[in-house]
Amino acid sequence: MALDAAHGGDDLGGRLGDNQAEKDIALAFSMRLRSLLEARGIPVVSTRESDVTVEWNRRAEVANHANAQACLNLHASESGSGVHLFVSNMAPAEPMRFAAWKTAQAAWVTRSLALAGTLNSALLQAGMSVTLGRTALPVVDSMACPAVAVEIAPERDHDKKVTAQLDDPDYQARVAEALAAALLSWRSEGRQP
Amino acid sequence: MIPRYQVVLLSLLLLASVVMSVVLWQLRERAHQRLLVGQDSAPTQAPEVAPTVQATLVVASDSDNSLLAQVQTLPLPQDPGTRARIVLGKLMDIYAAPDAAHPVPGGASSVAQVFLLPVPNPASNEVADPKAAKPPSDQPRAADRTPATPASPGKNPEPASPQLAVVNLTSAFAASHPSGIETETLTLLSICATLHANLPRISQVRFLVDGQPRATLAGHADLTRSYLATEAVPRP
Repeated sequence: MALDAAHGGDDLGGRLGDNQAEKDIALAFSMRLRSLLEARGIPVVSTRESDVTVEWNRRAEVANHANAQACLNLHASESGSGVHLFVSNMAPAEPMRFAAWKTAQAAWVTRSLALAGTLNSALLQAGMSVTLGRTALPVVDSMACPAVAVEIAPERDHDKKVTAQLDDPDYQARVAEALAAALLSWRSEGRQP
Repeated sequence: MIPRYQVVLLSLLLLASVVMSVVLWQLRERAHQRLLVGQDSAPTQAPEVAPTVQATLVVASDSDNSLLAQVQTLPLPQDPGTRARIVLGKLMDIYAAPDAAHPVPGGASSVAQVFLLPVPNPASNEVADPKAAKPPSDQPRAADRTPATPASPGKNPEPASPQLAVVNLTSAFAASHPSGIETETLTLLSICATLHANLPRISQVRFLVDGQPRATLAGHADLTRSYLATEAVPRP
């Protein structure tokens, strides 16, 4: 598995609350998920393990060189609620021996949608609210693996009142546990586009 | 006998009087010309009031990641570019309202201009932008859905060729936009869908910020690519 904690270093990402930056939440969640996956015997490659700047292309390079079965691009946001799962909005394309860098994900979009479905099921089973969508993210579009951007938002009730903040360790643990369980099940499905 | 110095003084005063008369005459002429110019620039026709028409605004909601079509009656000019800017301005006003479901500060002034251009080569979009070229089979291409617009009386007939809309956003809007995949994606998709709903010939949309290309809107959504105007399907 490849985990990409978004932003880092000079790139703060979004401002979350008073003194929190998206890069810190993304890194903390990445480290938590990495621990859970490795505890289940799943080898993990991370694009960053500290507060450093990593270029977009470098992130995709790390994921692509790992030949990962799944690539998760991790984000955090104050808007919306629950967990947002995004897959590249590129149209599916036939796998090619040499793929264009900026559209490498096209050959993997179908598998990425399947991965998003697996993650969605696990999160719903864990009682999370999940939003599925398609988008254009430069890092994900260059990944040659089943790739999903996971954006964690605060947990809210029906009245949109926040019931768990992004920095809540218990909330992060519940999301990470659900994702780890989903990735364990995904691991058996192979890597072919 | 008049002393010499008095003759010289009188002559100088006379000369000064003549010079001042000439200057005064010229100033009067200039003032007259300014008055005439002002009369020329005065409006000779009553300002044209744009007719009110129904416009469709595709409004985003953060709570369920949805796009919802709203029909509003707005005074819109005939010029498509101006019409597009005004419709998007109204959309941004909705987002800037205090109780907005997709809160984004800025309002109508966030959209500086909308330029409408012919799509460079509709037959070979795949080469220019493979991402935008092949929509899923269940989504008809915008070009296929473009209605043949009949020529208006008194106007040159225009072929119903697909158009590329270039939306120039302000840097203040981009700087104040909330950061996040969902919120940024919803903003872009709602702009694309609103443009297509009101100007069906628009098949692709590109974004600039203060007239310059920009990597992302607020750190996430890619602004370097072309978006298909039909990428987002609003709820009816």
